[in-house]
Amino acid sequence: MDFQVVVLAGGASKNLTPLVSEEIPKALLPVANRPVLSYVLELLESSNLKDLIVVVEGSDAALRVGGWISGAYVDRLHVEVAAVPEDIGTAGALRAVAHHLTASDILVVSGDLVTDVPPGVVAATHRRHGAVVTALLCDTPISGISETGSKDKAKKLGRYNIVGLDPTRQFLLLIASGAEVEKDTRVQKSILGAVGQMEIRADLMDAHMYALKRSVLQEVLDQKDSFHSIRQDVLPYLVRSQLRSEVAKIEEGWNTTITSKTNLIWLSQHREIAPSAFHNGHELDANGSLSAQSTHKCCAYIAGKNKYCARLNSIQAFIDINRDVVGEASHLSGYSFSAQNNVVHPSAELGSKTTVGPQCMLAEGSKLGDKCSVKRSVIGRHCRIGSNVKIVNSVVMNHVTIEDGCLVQGSIICSNVHLQERCVLKDCQVGAGYVVTSGSEHKSESLAKR
Amino acid sequence: MDSRRAPRTVIDPKVRQVGFVTPGAPPARSHSVPTDACSSPPRAPDFTLPSNSLSPVMIPPARHASADGIPVLTRASAPVPVPSTTPNPPSPLRRDGVQIPIGSYNPSESLGTSPMRSPSSRMDGLEFSEDMSMVSSSRLARSSSAKAAAASFPGTNTEMMAAGKVVGNVVPAKSSLTTASVVKTLPGLSDKGDGSLAEVHGEAAGIAKPLKQKTSKADRRALQEAQRAAKAAAREAGGGKPSGGTVPSNAAKGEFGKPSQKKDAASVSGANVVPEKKVADRPPEKERKKDVPHPRMQFDDQHRVEKAKKRAVVNQSEARNRVELFRHLPQYVHGTQLPDLESKFFQLDHIHPSVYKVGLQYLSGNITGGNARCIAMLLAFREAIKDYSTPPEKALVRDLTAKIGNYVSFLIECRPLSISMGNAIKFLKSRIAKLPHTLSESEAKFTLQSDIDRFINEKILLAEKVIVRHAVEKIRNGDVLLTYGWSSVVEMLLLYAHESSKQFRVVVVDSRPKLEGKALLHRLLSKGLNCTYTHINAVSYIMHEVTRVFLGASSVLSNGTVYSRVGTACVAMVAHAFHVPILICCEAYKFHERVQLDSICSNELGDPDVISVVPGRKDLDHLDNWAENENLQLLNLTYDATPSDYVSVIVTDYGLIPPTSVPVIVREYRREQLWM
Repeated sequence: MDFQVVVLAGGASKNLTPLVSEEIPKALLPVANRPVLSYVLELLESSNLKDLIVVVEGSDAALRVGGWISGAYVDRLHVEVAAVPEDIGTAGALRAVAHHLTASDILVVSGDLVTDVPPGVVAATHRRHGAVVTALLCDTPISGISETGSKDKAKKLGRYNIVGLDPTRQFLLLIASGAEVEKDTRVQKSILGAVGQMEIRADLMDAHMYALKRSVLQEVLDQKDSFHSIRQDVLPYLVRSQLRSEVAKIEEGWNTTITSKTNLIWLSQHREIAPSAFHNGHELDANGSLSAQSTHKCCAYIAGKNKYCARLNSIQAFIDINRDVVGEASHLSGYSFSAQNNVVHPSAELGSKTTVGPQCMLAEGSKLGDKCSVKRSVIGRHCRIGSNVKIVNSVVMNHVTIEDGCLVQGSIICSNVHLQERCVLKDCQVGAGYVVTSGSEHKSESLAKR
Repeated sequence: MDSRRAPRTVIDPKVRQVGFVTPGAPPARSHSVPTDACSSPPRAPDFTLPSNSLSPVMIPPARHASADGIPVLTRASAPVPVPSTTPNPPSPLRRDGVQIPIGSYNPSESLGTSPMRSPSSRMDGLEFSEDMSMVSSSRLARSSSAKAAAASFPGTNTEMMAAGKVVGNVVPAKSSLTTASVVKTLPGLSDKGDGSLAEVHGEAAGIAKPLKQKTSKADRRALQEAQRAAKAAAREAGGGKPSGGTVPSNAAKGEFGKPSQKKDAASVSGANVVPEKKVADRPPEKERKKDVPHPRMQFDDQHRVEKAKKRAVVNQSEARNRVELFRHLPQYVHGTQLPDLESKFFQLDHIHPSVYKVGLQYLSGNITGGNARCIAMLLAFREAIKDYSTPPEKALVRDLTAKIGNYVSFLIECRPLSISMGNAIKFLKSRIAKLPHTLSESEAKFTLQSDIDRFINEKILLAEKVIVRHAVEKIRNGDVLLTYGWSSVVEMLLLYAHESSKQFRVVVVDSRPKLEGKALLHRLLSKGLNCTYTHINAVSYIMHEVTRVFLGASSVLSNGTVYSRVGTACVAMVAHAFHVPILICCEAYKFHERVQLDSICSNELGDPDVISVVPGRKDLDHLDNWAENENLQLLNLTYDATPSDYVSVIVTDYGLIPPTSVPVIVREYRREQLWM
């Protein structure tokens, strides 16, 4: 279908500091004991997109990611891994691989996306409207712990994006990231005037899956050297300039071909050049084909409520996604859940009177001592957990040793961590290889080796 | 060339050119019948037959009444060699070969023999062809003598050739070198001839189908080519009759001779008139099949719907409360198809992206209107042709036709085709089929693309302009023009009339749920026209002041029925009652030879939800869950048929015509339209 896929897998994100390390770049962070990148790759694979470019920040990380991909997806996907220097941003990463892009449209997917929205819908919407960019918007994920009992931790909606849509909800008229919007945001009068009516929503999140027209993308990347990120620079730029488009002209020139112009005229003569947001009552013809050429379209696809869509871009998101993938979005995990609604690998050993509750996952080779209790948690491979250990709402990665009497709640324990006896961790993140001394208590702390 | 083409002709026994059966032939055959059919022993093994079957093969077709006597002569001469080659009594054997198909349609035998034979027969064919050329070369020398001998008959090339061959084969001793090879290959030849006999009969007996299935692809292809070659040869022969057995026509002769031989064999063997009758009967049947328009998919046919669903790319879950009278039309749950199709975006690799895009746009309603849909489709096909490359071992003509067929069926799944689109597709397919074989792929693609461009330019865009020119003469100053909905031609017409500074007023009649008239109104107002906007409910009131009604059409059928946006018939009827002339603006490429009396048998159903909802009136949402109510069916028709009685004149690119003249246009200009 003339689409190329670029997966931006990122590198060592600062937002996830204690979790990611040189050994584990962000792309390989385990979500339900699978690297987060595998969710994207499998989504693409299921959509018959088997020719991918994965861009990783940092050469070490690229090596690791590449190694993992070649191991896991040999014979299944044709993946090219490109290493780019760190901190060049998503736009920079695209710039770095731009010369590999040849298809007419590019699908850019963030490697930390966990979703079941088929990429085809974005691509099809993009094609249908002949858009310059199409973004996947999804409902803002509900963060925080959705524990039924605790009312105090009410579900809070994070504000991610301010999105302006036309009345048909197909066209993107405004996008601003929620973090930037403090008190006010600017809406362009020209766009508002052209469209007549704009719907501004704060409950949508940009899921970082974009379909972009290659010629336009390359042009923008070439011209605007200062653009650092797709989300913060390229997308708002394209949305902002859709009425006085420079790229459309460029693109028109690039596609050359008098034919495409005549096509346009032919079709515009017959009015149905796919409705753009801007002829409120088909205004387009008033200023003729001229306006048709100097505007471009930015579209949005809004994922349905029944679709799961989340990005692993913060520690909270990491816990949430782990919980959801084992819980409500369990079809994503690829595991088959037992009658108790949990996954316990057959090689895992459980001591007597140890309970593993629903929405839990226990990977192979892990051992639990007696009288342990695991609730809504994911435990990785080859963990050794002593007796009387309580693990609630937590993620325990591989090769973790937890000695007797520990309490782990709402925490993330990275690989090779040693929790000595009777330590208590609440809402903590423990970096890889850290040793928590016996009897210590931590609350809302980030523990990592220096 | 001879050596290459001949094998094909050899293999083509099944291809029975009906054209060869000339009016003069039957009597000749009937003559031969009694002599041949005197004995009927059981069929002997094929391999013993060779030489005898030769003789029927030899017999030249009787072409003219004048030749009537001569074939007998030749036939008389034909048996002569037989004894020389085979010592056993020839005639009975030959006759049995002859007999089997006639009396007892022996399917098993003909079945058994022919497939087995096909490879070998090809080999034989090759051999045969070689020596055929040899023969022909030798014959060239001899032909003069043969001609001299056969000079008496004013026969065609074939006859000549056959005669020549008869001579060549019959009298091997005459020519020095070539004869040896001829003799050697004789069995093969005859074998072949025999096999072909069997096959011919198999077909004559109506058992052709299993045979056909069993033949390999190569065979079929060879067959087809042979057919083509034979046709060409026939044409050539027809032209070159007087020139006689000249050298250039030799190749043609070679091919022409073969089928004719076969035919002859068949005819000879077909001692009875029955097979012959079949010969005469079959082709019309075929033609009839071709003529019959492809049956429309009837969606109340459970069986076929199931089948179609299996093939379908687009999710087609049927609507629940289907309207009884319209069950034969597709009634799907609207709103489920688009998301489903979109999510399959990357799975559908076999559909060209531009076609896919157009399909999506049809489905989502982004492109509506007959001309726009047609142009969009053609442009998508042009893109697809541009990116097309013939896969190895396939012919562009056939593969591309199949591809286009795939695309079309995909588009149909997205939205039923309009008649104009059907015509455009017919045009494109005929263009593909008529591509000269000599063209290279890139040339062929270029030709097709420019053909598509030409179609769009001439048949749609130019036609619109011409229509506007014609129609504008009918607008006088002070007129009040009424139009319904939004026809692109009518809009152009109104704008053009305004530009040419005519003074008139426009009444735009509109109807729910599409409210297309609003868009037209907007565009007219922006150009400064004086407009009145009303809904169809008020049409009887507003008609008082109207002096002309201009309507667009989706299609005009050959009984003059105008097939157009639903509501058109109503407007036309009211206008008729008020004696207001009704002018239909329709491009001639939208004409169709079909005849339709009502709008039931062929129509399109829109989304029923649109008519159940009244925008802005929350208090009227009684129909919200209408699908739950079994006693309720919502009917949202898209088209209706306006009887020709209401139509005063149809403005086409060929001028202003009464509705009764539509069939004339269809008949006279169709050729030009489709083949340009």
